[in-house]
Amino acid sequence: MDGMVPLQKQLLDYTASLFQEGYLDDQFNQLQELQDESNPDFVVEVVTLFFEDADRLLNELSKALVQESIDFRRLDAHVHQLKGSSSSIGAQRVQRVCISFRNCCQEQNIEGCLKSLQQVKHEYSLVKTKLETLFKMEEEVVAGRG
Amino acid sequence: MWFKAPESCNCIEPQLPADELLVKYQYISDFFIALAYFSIPLELIYFVKKSAVFPYRWVLVQFGAFIVLCGATHLINLWTFTIHTRTVAMVMTAAKVLTAVVSCITALMLVHIIPDLLSVKTRELFLKNKAAELDREMGLIRTQEETGRHVRMLTHEIRSTLDRHTILKTTLIELGRTLALEECALWMPTRTGLELQLAYTLRQQNPVGYTVPIHLPVINQVFSSNRAVKISPNCPVARLRPHTGKYMPGEVVAVRVPLLNLSNFQIYDWPEVSTRSYALMVLMLPSDSARQWHVHELELVEVVADQVAVALSHAAILEESMRARNMLMEQNVALDLARREAETAIHARNDFLAVMNHEMRTPMHAIIALSSLLQETELTAEQRLMVETILKSSNLLATLINDVLDLSQLEDGSLQLETTTFSLHAVFREVLSLIKPVASVKKLSLTLHLASDLPAYAVGDDKRLMQTILNVVGNAVKFSKEGSISISAVVAKPDSFKDARIPEFHPVPSDSHFYLRVQVKDSGSGINPQDIPKLFTKFAQSQAVTTKGPAGSGLGLAICRRFVNLMEGHIWIESEGIGKGCTVTFIVRLGIPDRSNESKLAFAPKVLGNHVTTNFGGLKVLVMDDNGVNRSVTKGLLLHLGCDVTTAGSSEECLRIISPEHRMVFMDVCTGLDGYELAIRIQEKFKKRQDRPLIVALTGNTNKVTKENCMRVGMDGLILKPVSVDKMRGVLSELLEHRVLFEAI
Repeated sequence: MDGMVPLQKQLLDYTASLFQEGYLDDQFNQLQELQDESNPDFVVEVVTLFFEDADRLLNELSKALVQESIDFRRLDAHVHQLKGSSSSIGAQRVQRVCISFRNCCQEQNIEGCLKSLQQVKHEYSLVKTKLETLFKMEEEVVAGRG
Repeated sequence: MWFKAPESCNCIEPQLPADELLVKYQYISDFFIALAYFSIPLELIYFVKKSAVFPYRWVLVQFGAFIVLCGATHLINLWTFTIHTRTVAMVMTAAKVLTAVVSCITALMLVHIIPDLLSVKTRELFLKNKAAELDREMGLIRTQEETGRHVRMLTHEIRSTLDRHTILKTTLIELGRTLALEECALWMPTRTGLELQLAYTLRQQNPVGYTVPIHLPVINQVFSSNRAVKISPNCPVARLRPHTGKYMPGEVVAVRVPLLNLSNFQIYDWPEVSTRSYALMVLMLPSDSARQWHVHELELVEVVADQVAVALSHAAILEESMRARNMLMEQNVALDLARREAETAIHARNDFLAVMNHEMRTPMHAIIALSSLLQETELTAEQRLMVETILKSSNLLATLINDVLDLSQLEDGSLQLETTTFSLHAVFREVLSLIKPVASVKKLSLTLHLASDLPAYAVGDDKRLMQTILNVVGNAVKFSKEGSISISAVVAKPDSFKDARIPEFHPVPSDSHFYLRVQVKDSGSGINPQDIPKLFTKFAQSQAVTTKGPAGSGLGLAICRRFVNLMEGHIWIESEGIGKGCTVTFIVRLGIPDRSNESKLAFAPKVLGNHVTTNFGGLKVLVMDDNGVNRSVTKGLLLHLGCDVTTAGSSEECLRIISPEHRMVFMDVCTGLDGYELAIRIQEKFKKRQDRPLIVALTGNTNKVTKENCMRVGMDGLILKPVSVDKMRGVLSELLEHRVLFEAI
């Protein structure tokens, strides 16, 4: 039993750090609140969905930006989707980058878009890693509890 | 000769030998001449002394001297017939010389004096004439002054009374006295205007309704001039007494007396001589006198006639005003009675209504309350439907009862409007959904246009506003057999108030109020413009209503108008005629809710209180979002709150899945126009509002346009993402309770 406490503490600290560093915002808390007995894996499910969605969208975005004639409207639509998803789970930094990406799209600034895409990918991979770590820790805690 | 003078006596002898007889005669003549000559001055002196005025004394002296000397000469001549001394001759010569001198001087004097004397004579004649003329004029003035005096006196007498009879009698009497008349008579025109009837006489006491046709030439002659006219004593109007034939009848004069009516007098004008009636005054001089009518007497008569006319009209006016006053007094009494009766009736009716109010409302309350409670319990779908119908019907009945009772309260002025903050859009949509079924049965198209600057929320009495709109739209539907009905609501601008149609409406713009202008146009049977004012009268139905459709209680528009007036507004109807449709417009004053009011409704996370439902007991909801993540999150949220959640990833899927069991649909409207389109399609799918789920938009857009669009397409709510659990809880509660929720943006 004593071994659990540090694990939990570690989890809590880690979670707190994610918030402090701005990777996650309050929306993530809300998601956690929704998790209850009737819905035990709610957060994981939603986040997994997010990852799938984001991967797909980023793919689309990359493809769209290497086209000869870039359809900015489609670009914007994808980014909008990504923004929506990321805000739903509380991936704050991803959301912010999406906003600036959208601005570039509206300005039809190809350079800006490419740059933004890079940023989005970067932030996304960061938050993905963090969340995966978080889930592993949670599993350990749950497993430890038995 | 008795004396022979010596030749030395120096006597003078007469030249011629004296013839005895001749000398004697000369002697006697000379003697008499001297006598006459001496007596003339004496006479002159005597008479001059007698007369007071004689300017020529000097002449007299001269003349006297002349005569005396002539007499002296002749006297001395007596001595020269015989021999006389030289002294006598000298005296004689001296006397002659003197006489010659004086007579020459006198002759010269007379040349001056005689013309003077003659002119005195002419002047005397002239003065006599003048005196005669002045006498005449004096006579005239005197008579005029006397006439004036008489007239004044007569006028005074006549005008000192306002009684017709007295006036006329007095006139005749005074005239008779002033002019010393034998008879004086007044003939008045009869009612028919074709005859003159003897109305008054001076001497005869009771004139026997003696009439004379009015169109006799003599009468026409008199009426055609305003002077007194001499007429023959034998004409019918002058023959008042049996004429015994003994004496010559006196001269008769007739004059017209205008009978003036009030309407004859125009300001600044004298009355025209057109259609007026005259009375005839006939004056007769005494029979046996040789008197004639003098000019001044005629003038007197004319003046009197005029005065009489005026006096008569005054009397007539007085009579008239007395009569009017009496009539008014009677009317007042009658009105007072009527008023008291009306008041009694009103009191009685109010008492009745007050009682009925209580009696009717109590069972209604019971029905409605118990049905509501029943609704809250476990029911099968059929039962629920039945209970809802019961509720609906009883609400309708309650409304009808309230209508009637309202009207009585409205009439008393005791109705007060409630003030709540409500959604304008919701009111209109409610009306629309209530009317749509009826309209679609009649195949009438119904369009609603809400202006974009219309505030989302307003402060006022929403129930009564809805009642008004419903009534107006209901009428439009009722009286249209085909065509379209359009409803538009805008914020009324101040200049649109300067409509000539609403002259007594003075809106007061202010920051906390706005004027809502609603116009309902239909293409139906129209109304005759003359009937329009009657429409607002209670219980009056237009004659043109031949439809077999639902008959109204006739109270509708009357109540509408009362409500509109209470809301400080105005309602009016325009129609170009039968068959040309009709437009009903009303303007009401509503308050603008301030931010604090709005935030009450808007959505702040509610504190968990006991009264807030924490578990929504299987509330069936549908979530539409094409973003998987969002969809999951929302679903999780709703599941957590105990809802039964179905999800759809697209509009088509949503429409496929949606069913009447779903109480709410949450749709994401971030993605273009899909959401709005879907909302419209859902509304079309569910005809009856009761079956339709509430449509709520979820959006991250903090954009007024989004909100307006949502309202426009008929959504029931809008919530901003991100939504927390508490927020969602509150949202659901609010939606279930009020069926509308628009978050403040």
